[in-house]
Amino acid sequence: MARRVLPGLPLALGITLVYVSIIVVLPLSALVYKAASLGFEDYWRIVSSGRALASYRVTALSALAATAFNLVFGFALAWVLVRYRFPGRRFIDALVDLPFALPTAVAGIALTALFAPNGWFGSILGEAGITVAYTPLGIMIAMAFTSLPFIVRTIQPVLEDLDPALEEAAQSLGGSDASIFARVILPLLTPAILAGVSLAFARSLGEFGAIIFIAGNQPFSTEITALLAFIRLEEYDYQAAAAIASVLLITAFLMLAVTNILQARALRYTARG
Amino acid sequence: MKIRLDTVVKTFDTFRAVHGVSLEIESGELVALLGPSGSGKTTILRMVAGLEYADGGKIYFGDEDATDIPVRDRGVGFVFQHYALFPHMTVAENIAFGMKVSKVKRSKAEIAARVADLLRLVKLDGLGERFPGQISGGQRQRVALARALAVDPKVLLLDEPFGALDANVRRDLRRWLREIHEELAITTLFVTHDQEEALDLADRVVILKDGKIVQQGTPEEVCREPNSPFVMGFLGDTNRLPANVSGGRAVVGNAALPAPGVADGKAEIFVRPSDLDWTEHGDGVPAKILRVIDRPDGRRLLAATDQGETLELDVAPEIQAKAGDEGFVTVRRGRIFAAG
Repeated sequence: MARRVLPGLPLALGITLVYVSIIVVLPLSALVYKAASLGFEDYWRIVSSGRALASYRVTALSALAATAFNLVFGFALAWVLVRYRFPGRRFIDALVDLPFALPTAVAGIALTALFAPNGWFGSILGEAGITVAYTPLGIMIAMAFTSLPFIVRTIQPVLEDLDPALEEAAQSLGGSDASIFARVILPLLTPAILAGVSLAFARSLGEFGAIIFIAGNQPFSTEITALLAFIRLEEYDYQAAAAIASVLLITAFLMLAVTNILQARALRYTARG
Repeated sequence: MKIRLDTVVKTFDTFRAVHGVSLEIESGELVALLGPSGSGKTTILRMVAGLEYADGGKIYFGDEDATDIPVRDRGVGFVFQHYALFPHMTVAENIAFGMKVSKVKRSKAEIAARVADLLRLVKLDGLGERFPGQISGGQRQRVALARALAVDPKVLLLDEPFGALDANVRRDLRRWLREIHEELAITTLFVTHDQEEALDLADRVVILKDGKIVQQGTPEEVCREPNSPFVMGFLGDTNRLPANVSGGRAVVGNAALPAPGVADGKAEIFVRPSDLDWTEHGDGVPAKILRVIDRPDGRRLLAATDQGETLELDVAPEIQAKAGDEGFVTVRRGRIFAAG
């Protein structure tokens, strides 16, 4: 191995591996071990029960909708923060991190208060015939709130580093704003967008605190998967809790794998030849 | 296409980048905008391109007032200093970009044929499928040029086109750009801070300082008849000697030079190192050698005069000299400007 300027590779690597093992790998292994102790038939019965299936459905669809919403809104926010200078820009920039900093339960209670039928937003929306609290729409809003920073903070730095000369070059070649956006800006942002989307989606799938206050938690309609696992835990049915949690885990792994493949494809041009 | 700038002004915040510049570039001419950084040369180029708008004055393309035409409709090819190639597109896709986004629809086969022609023109056949990250700096600059030429621009504009390249690559690309210019005869304006590049490449050199044109002319004119100490100093190494002018002769040390048309009184003589000579006896400025620098084509002597000024002389390799020698510096020719 080539000599490095900074010493301490064995020590640094050792600490990293121990840390990752204790904090990440060990709990996940315990989870898999617990779920595996069920035997295939019992496992399958638990994870494919009607109530579990309904929870996957509402969780996945809400997460999808929340991520789609954040993709549009978060992209616009990142764009405005990077491309324009206006009074209050720094304040809005700081505000983006609020969902990271706020305890999710606090966010959930605040959202519930706002969107409850007698709340500020809820009463107005109620007149228009839209109910948010205690419906999948409420779950979606809670997920969108907590996962917004992932999209903004992954797109923002890449957008900042985009060489303005690229857009000038495209303009001098006769490109319209729309074609420059579609052919130059968007492809260069794609890897960052994919990273942001996958993080936001994963966060939405696993979100718990912000959702349970606003969701109503009715089995078969507004009960999310994380809550179902929590209920099994409360019932001291650890194996069932582990089984349901393992479904979330597998989904998260699959999604990360797909995102990595897509990202690698989008970054093909950086490979040296 | 002939380009004409009429008293163009550009101000950034409070900084005046360009002060009323007027300039004409004939159709098919290759013109260099030469100046130190901050002289406004890039701003002028960007205004001609339409990447900046003039605050005052007019820019004409032929007879058409192009001052307010946006860059995408102006029909210029712009080559950026750092190439600005689209990193996610192959070389061929980069070159095809302008044709693909054009309002004039072209078939795929047409575009492919034109890309192949341009790759041949810039001597990059066979590299069409590479990405910009996989080719060298010189190759990237050639791709940038091919991309700019692909849209049949009326005018070609280059911003420090060879600034980021090695000296050898730079010299080759310069000659090659000159060849392409002769082949296509497209009106070309380029910006550089490198006088050698400007003199080597351009039909005409426009020298700028602080947002104003100081002098313009053919390389021969600006080299032989520099109109100011600034131009003299900017185009190459220069020595400055104080002199006294009386009756059309400039006296320097115990020698004199003809100084026709210079008013009597104090003056300064500007002399290239190669126009100074070293003798141990004779007429000239008494001096002492501080250092000798040997070069493949001769020797450069650094000598201090009695007044404490340091002179640089380029002398023939046979001249025997070493640090500490005392002798005389003679002036073969110089340009005399009244002291300002």
